[in-house]
Amino acid sequence: MKLVLSALALLIAGPALAQDAGALRARSLAATCAQCHGTDGRVPPGSATVALAGMPAAYLTEQMTAFKTGARPGTVMPQLAKGYSDAQIAQLAAYFAQVQTGGKP
Amino acid sequence: MKRRSLLRLAGATAGLGSLGLAGCAMNAIGTPDSARVLVVGGGYGGATAAKYVRLLSQYKIEVVLVEPDAAFVSCPLSNLVLGGGRTMTDITRPYDTLSAMHGVRIVHDMVASIDPVKRVAVLASGGTLRYDKLVLSPGVEMMFDRVTGLQAANRQGRILQAWKAGPETLALRRQLEAMPDGGTCAIAIPEAPYRCPPGPYERASVIAAYFKAAKPKSKVLILDANEDVTSKGALFKKVWAESYKGLLEYRPQHKATAVDAATNTLKFEIQEDVRADVLNVLPPMRAGQIAVQTGLATSNARWCNVNYLTFESANAPNIHVIGDAIQIAPAMPKSGHMANGHAKVAAAAIVAELNGWEVDPAPMLTNTCYSFVDDKRAVHVASVHEYVAAEKTFKTVPGSGGLSAAPNELEGSLAMSWARSIWSDALA
Repeated sequence: MKLVLSALALLIAGPALAQDAGALRARSLAATCAQCHGTDGRVPPGSATVALAGMPAAYLTEQMTAFKTGARPGTVMPQLAKGYSDAQIAQLAAYFAQVQTGGKP
Repeated sequence: MKRRSLLRLAGATAGLGSLGLAGCAMNAIGTPDSARVLVVGGGYGGATAAKYVRLLSQYKIEVVLVEPDAAFVSCPLSNLVLGGGRTMTDITRPYDTLSAMHGVRIVHDMVASIDPVKRVAVLASGGTLRYDKLVLSPGVEMMFDRVTGLQAANRQGRILQAWKAGPETLALRRQLEAMPDGGTCAIAIPEAPYRCPPGPYERASVIAAYFKAAKPKSKVLILDANEDVTSKGALFKKVWAESYKGLLEYRPQHKATAVDAATNTLKFEIQEDVRADVLNVLPPMRAGQIAVQTGLATSNARWCNVNYLTFESANAPNIHVIGDAIQIAPAMPKSGHMANGHAKVAAAAIVAELNGWEVDPAPMLTNTCYSFVDDKRAVHVASVHEYVAAEKTFKTVPGSGGLSAAPNELEGSLAMSWARSIWSDALA
């Protein structure tokens, strides 16, 4: 499972560096989280909002799904998570998982 | 492939175009390596657009940002400066990070005019800047002429709007500080749509909190041109009843038509005049002047119609209008968070187009808007918007979005984190 996820992360990471239409869309979708979670999921120091950059894709998917179903309570996130399809959540999770923490991508 | 070759050819002949040898070559858009994106206005929308065109193009596309102000001053949180809990320094950020970290060229100037055919912007200082794509993020213009006497009273510094955060924010704070205990501060709200729907109610609440602590015999009077509170109504009304009873009064259906600066009196379409010690009058608003004079504000002569897929103007090719200046899609607020989202959709569309790629057929937008009800407690409204191709507009995703249950300090702390994150997302 871990291998599969790493392979998926690599698949997303490759295009993100090589740049093509698909990578641009994945990054644009992830940018809808950046107002609160920072550009590419890197929050400024001292933020009460969690950093998403470099988090395992499985964990991100699980948490977003828990917000979406109501299993995990929260303030803003249960309301926002309901706006994303399962496919979009998977795409977001794969994107943030491959972002290197610290420095520019 | 054919299109890409064509674009490359266009890029190669761009030099000829600038010499004025070939009219058609002048109108060809460059490739990522040769194109220039000009961003006009460095607020929540423009600053984000400048950074994201650089970021999403792998730093290939040249970006020039024209912004008159030396530093970014945030409208969100500026009401806390009025309440005394924050300073102007707290809500001000430098622009130089955009150039140092992202290679954006910043020109501190105003754009005096735009020629959408020649794709050239003329600066107030007289210089010109050619562009392949222009992102116009002009914010709003106050329509002072809709309230008789307001323009002159505002110029004299007597009656302030302080809706564009900056010197007026501090000046209004000083008026509130100078007001004797037992005085009244009246806030006049224009008919929707205007910038930041919940902002006036947040302002009234935060000023009431200041009065409660510092001058408890004083009063905040909200004079609203609308039928009812336009955003977070139930939450605000509950706070007003619980925390500011006797300190804050809300009067709907009060459309201000004139001010008398000599007596600090506000006149209305129907209701009786109101005299107050501090008058804060928000006139109706429309798209920033540069958008209006370029002929882009075709919705009620106030707001700019755009193709929501790319935010390209419905009236001028290669000009993308974002932020508060646009004619909004259903349930889309005029907020800083939303302007940041517009900027990213526009930036991605520009990068795709310059690369010869199909633009994203399904862009998404989010909105999270916090309002403080005093120095520490905040409430929020959140929404997710998807592009609906069949209707060529953005709509909220069914079942998503919502409001806070009640104000609390956790949301106050999240609001401060939101500000730090979005400022960094736009500028650093």
